[in-house]
Amino acid sequence: MSVLVDISHRLGEFAIDARFESAGRLTALFGPSGSGKTTLINMIAGLIRPGEGRIAVDGRVLVDTDAGIFVPKHKRRIGMVFQDARLFPHMSVAGNLRYGRWFTPPAERYANMDAVVELLGIGPLLDRRPAKLSGGEKQRVAIGRALLASPKLLLMDEPLASLDDARKAEILPYIERLRDETKLPIVYVSHSVAEVARLASDVVVMAQGKVAASGPTGAIMQRLDLLPVEERGEGGAVLDTIVLRHDEAFGMSVLRSAAGEIRVPRLAISVGAPVRIRIRARDVMIATEQPTGLSALNILPGIIVAVSPGEGPTVEVGIDCNGATVLARITEQSRHALNLRLGSKVFAVVKTVSFDRANTGAGLPAEADG
Amino acid sequence: MNWLLDLTPDEWNAVRLSIKVATVAMLFSLPPGIAIALLLARGKFWGKTLLNGVVHLPLILPPVVTGYLLLLTFGRRGPAGAFLAEHFGIVFSFRWTGAALACGIMGFPLMVRAIRLSIEAVDRKMEAAAGTLGANPLFVFATITLPLILPGLIAGSILSFAKAMGEFGATITFVSNIPNETQTLPSAIYTFTQVPGGDDGALRLTLISVVISMAALVASEVLARRVGRRMDIE
Repeated sequence: MSVLVDISHRLGEFAIDARFESAGRLTALFGPSGSGKTTLINMIAGLIRPGEGRIAVDGRVLVDTDAGIFVPKHKRRIGMVFQDARLFPHMSVAGNLRYGRWFTPPAERYANMDAVVELLGIGPLLDRRPAKLSGGEKQRVAIGRALLASPKLLLMDEPLASLDDARKAEILPYIERLRDETKLPIVYVSHSVAEVARLASDVVVMAQGKVAASGPTGAIMQRLDLLPVEERGEGGAVLDTIVLRHDEAFGMSVLRSAAGEIRVPRLAISVGAPVRIRIRARDVMIATEQPTGLSALNILPGIIVAVSPGEGPTVEVGIDCNGATVLARITEQSRHALNLRLGSKVFAVVKTVSFDRANTGAGLPAEADG
Repeated sequence: MNWLLDLTPDEWNAVRLSIKVATVAMLFSLPPGIAIALLLARGKFWGKTLLNGVVHLPLILPPVVTGYLLLLTFGRRGPAGAFLAEHFGIVFSFRWTGAALACGIMGFPLMVRAIRLSIEAVDRKMEAAAGTLGANPLFVFATITLPLILPGLIAGSILSFAKAMGEFGATITFVSNIPNETQTLPSAIYTFTQVPGGDDGALRLTLISVVISMAALVASEVLARRVGRRMDIE
């Protein structure tokens, strides 16, 4: 499964000139607002006709301006979840969910109503009208509606951007389930480091209408210079871990990662489950010797493999901890005082309390487990 | 009070005819009304202002002028009238069908206006969303656009009906005032006012006019409220 986009397009003063190809499970189109990512996703959906270029999904050419090909949106079999849900107000939730089924040839229908309703936890909503739903519920129904059209690719355009943190936390686990339990590839537009780090397998970074970088999530998240200024504090290492055990006495979970054991506040998921965590660079301290008499619980030994100047008085230090790179942001003064250089043996120190809902996969909310 | 309810057969005929004429005028205006409203709301074409002007003409012209123009074009010797009579056997002049045509034309700008406003209020993003779910443009129109403009369709239809119930000038000019054929309520009332001792009849028909118009208005309110409750604005 792959998505190929290679287009150039002018919108008045704004020019988009982008090329990327991704075969990821969930590809994030990431960048600040106005970077052209929503325009790109609308082109993949067929809502905007690019001035020039090619778009192909899984080898099927949807747009090729040279060859005069433009497949209209209703023939693309590409589902889309919009930021504003766009549920049909004159139909019930069930009516909305069923809408796309009519247009899918029976042989190509793989989505099953009961399974989708169960996956998204929207069973109790079926008879309601969209106007009576909360923002989070609307978004879940919108995802279900797109799924039930049995698309070959799912596009999500900032599906969480208009929701508050509690609603975001409510929906994120469902998107994770979608990513892990279905074979449907997803292209996900977002400007949030937290969402991208948690959800994406691959990232395409957009800036001013161009692709600034693309690659696996772990590698991209290390490049703090690629992140939008207001999100730079959120950047850092992304580690895939497994829940090793829960420490009920102290309300913590212990995760196993390549870098070593990491203690985080108790997660609502079972032992053995995979969790992706993000260690913000600003949350990491560096010690030159094994610290003692320190409250921080996570002390990861490693070797400095990268030092690059950051914003203002800071430097960004990459520490290779047994194969996993942890990023630390410290002041130039500290780097100088500790004489940190490439190859220095150090300890990366991370407080357990620096992990929160936003940078740990918090697992499904309890009420949706059954 | 008896004189109030005791209608003569001619008066009953005028009532029945008026309702028939207004209903036919409304129903036949609806499809072209939707089409023209769509064109005006969404079309981008040369001559749009002209089309808009032509549609609104009956609203600003003296009704007598509209009636006379209808007589010229749809009369027995008019180009459209002769053509329709010869090929389809449809005759308008001095028939109730002519009254319906005149009433339909006079109410058309009101209907188009109401529908156009509701089309312009439709969130086109909804239609785009339906498209991504696989619905072709025709299906999107039938399942998304039409239901969303239902309140406008109801309002436009009622306006057209009410206008037809009250139309006088264009009708009497085009198809005259023939009892049992083209004598609608307003024409009948007018006739009563022209003869001595016609006051009772004029008053009876006036009251009936008021009742029918009020009933139409109430019906549209009830319908619009039911539709509105069904889909609440998000």
